[in-house]
Amino acid sequence: MGPELDFEKPIFELQKKISELKTFMDEKGIDLSDELNHLQERLKDLEKETYGSMTPWERVRVARKLNRPTTLDYLPLLFTDFVECHGDRLYGDDPAIVAGIAKFHGRPVTVIGEQRGRDTKENIMRNYGMPHPEGYRKALRLMQQAEKFRRPIITFIDTKGAFPGKAAEERGQSEAIARNLFEMSWLSVPVICVVIGEGASGGALAIGVGNQILMLENSWYSVISPEGAAALLWKDAGKAEVAAKTMKITGSDLKKLGIIDKLIPEVLGGAHHDPGKQAEIIDQALIDSLKELSPLSAEQIRQQRLTKYRAIGDYETVQGNQSDQKGNNRDNKMR
Amino acid sequence: MKDFFTKKKKYATVPSAKARQDVPEGIVRKCPKCKKIMYVKELQKHLFVCQSCGYHYPISAQVRAEMLFDQNSYVEFDRNMVSLNPLQFPNYLNKLESDRKKTGLNEAVWTGKGMIEGYETAVAIMDKGFRMGSMGSVVGEKLTRLVEYADQNGLPVIIFSASGGARMQEGVLSLMQMAKTSAALKTFSKNGGLYISIMTHPTTGGVSASFASLGDYNFAEPGALIGFAGRRIIEQTIGEKLPEDFQTAEFLLKHGQLDQVIPRSELRNVLSRILSIHAAGGVEG
Repeated sequence: MGPELDFEKPIFELQKKISELKTFMDEKGIDLSDELNHLQERLKDLEKETYGSMTPWERVRVARKLNRPTTLDYLPLLFTDFVECHGDRLYGDDPAIVAGIAKFHGRPVTVIGEQRGRDTKENIMRNYGMPHPEGYRKALRLMQQAEKFRRPIITFIDTKGAFPGKAAEERGQSEAIARNLFEMSWLSVPVICVVIGEGASGGALAIGVGNQILMLENSWYSVISPEGAAALLWKDAGKAEVAAKTMKITGSDLKKLGIIDKLIPEVLGGAHHDPGKQAEIIDQALIDSLKELSPLSAEQIRQQRLTKYRAIGDYETVQGNQSDQKGNNRDNKMR
Repeated sequence: MKDFFTKKKKYATVPSAKARQDVPEGIVRKCPKCKKIMYVKELQKHLFVCQSCGYHYPISAQVRAEMLFDQNSYVEFDRNMVSLNPLQFPNYLNKLESDRKKTGLNEAVWTGKGMIEGYETAVAIMDKGFRMGSMGSVVGEKLTRLVEYADQNGLPVIIFSASGGARMQEGVLSLMQMAKTSAALKTFSKNGGLYISIMTHPTTGGVSASFASLGDYNFAEPGALIGFAGRRIIEQTIGEKLPEDFQTAEFLLKHGQLDQVIPRSELRNVLSRILSIHAAGGVEG
């Protein structure tokens, strides 16, 4: 199941032991099935125990596994008739974002996803899933096309961030991200965003302004990566593990904070253990979300999204002689 | 409460703690760029611009308000809104408290309305003295309310950005303020509202990648640092040294990201021309 992480080591060791025992039984013709069953039971327990109580940092590391399913892995499992559309019509085509049209259970949709590589070669081609402005502009072009043809938009978020590079700055990385937030907020077709791996900062949000935000159990989404947070806050990137917890970046954290709508469970051990099964779980979540949004008119779809983002924030108005109080989230909860 | 908008003098005439603080202890100040020493009184007269090299000193929100608005013409909004601590981040509330004391502001942005050459305008001014001007829930909410107020009252919006980006201590909530402010501006824009963005030193990260880049007119002060990613991170990522002028206002102008770079001394003039053109209206729809 790909490169093991340290917290998974006991599981891998036990798996090895089991397979050795099997080989031994076969070779020697000795029946040790009692022993084998015992070990297999233990393995099940161990997996449940290990994967059932992962720390935020462990989830971050699962989210980064090279063999974790990406946008392109989920595409054929969730959609039919996919037609990829390249280019922003302004500068170029960004392989770090894949976009196109497809059918979802027969229904036309527009699909946009950030795409990292599954090996080094692919990662270089995909710029490690870190988009340039032309990627975000391609996404916007496809979203506006979806608006024209009244197609729901499904986006897959999986990025370490918008690319921090010279060319990206020259071509207006900031403007490209800002423009997407601006335009996405007013789309009148349903937008469903699924965080499938990493969701770092503006680079993730730029395709993430949706009517519903869904998140896989072992993905993370925040204003900055744990390493970045640790470096900025404590001048020590080595404290990423602490930052992963403090910054509240996992799906269950974001569900509690009211930022996401649905936490999508993963197959035991993470999506990479069974991409097919994982796709089925995502499929059902998408069916549900589309069903929930389908009674809404175009105007209601827009208003639902605007209202959702309008309400995000944690603040209060304290007593004072100069206040201009118009009411807010927490007027009753004075400090 | 009712007479809030009429008691204008209260805010305009008393220099705040921060305004006083901006003027250094001594009577002279050395330009960080050309090292020329100038009398503070002289600097003040020239809007805190070095008369030798044109360096624009960063200024506090209060000083900016004083130099922007017609005399005694402005009022502040949402003076008493403060951040909570959504992530229960250690020490965060203490840091906010100490920055409130230091700056005399409740948060990293001042919002209000006032007259600019006779035109009533809704204005936000960020202050990098407060948590590096970073955007958390309060900055997002104050900006959103300002834009909504302008929308309801048919006023133009001007936002002076000065920010290191989204505020770390409020995590994903800070990130979402980018979407919240951008959405408010989109609705405002759809209703025909005029928004002028003025980027001052520094305008980076999540602020650069949201409302600061979304003006009908995007301007910047000379020499201001403007960009998405930090210089050091870019140099590390691409493994090369960046040119001296990289991510300056002038660099952005050259790359088509700005309408103009406007020296402080000319700002009111340019703004009043834009406001007068817009006040005159367009052809009938």
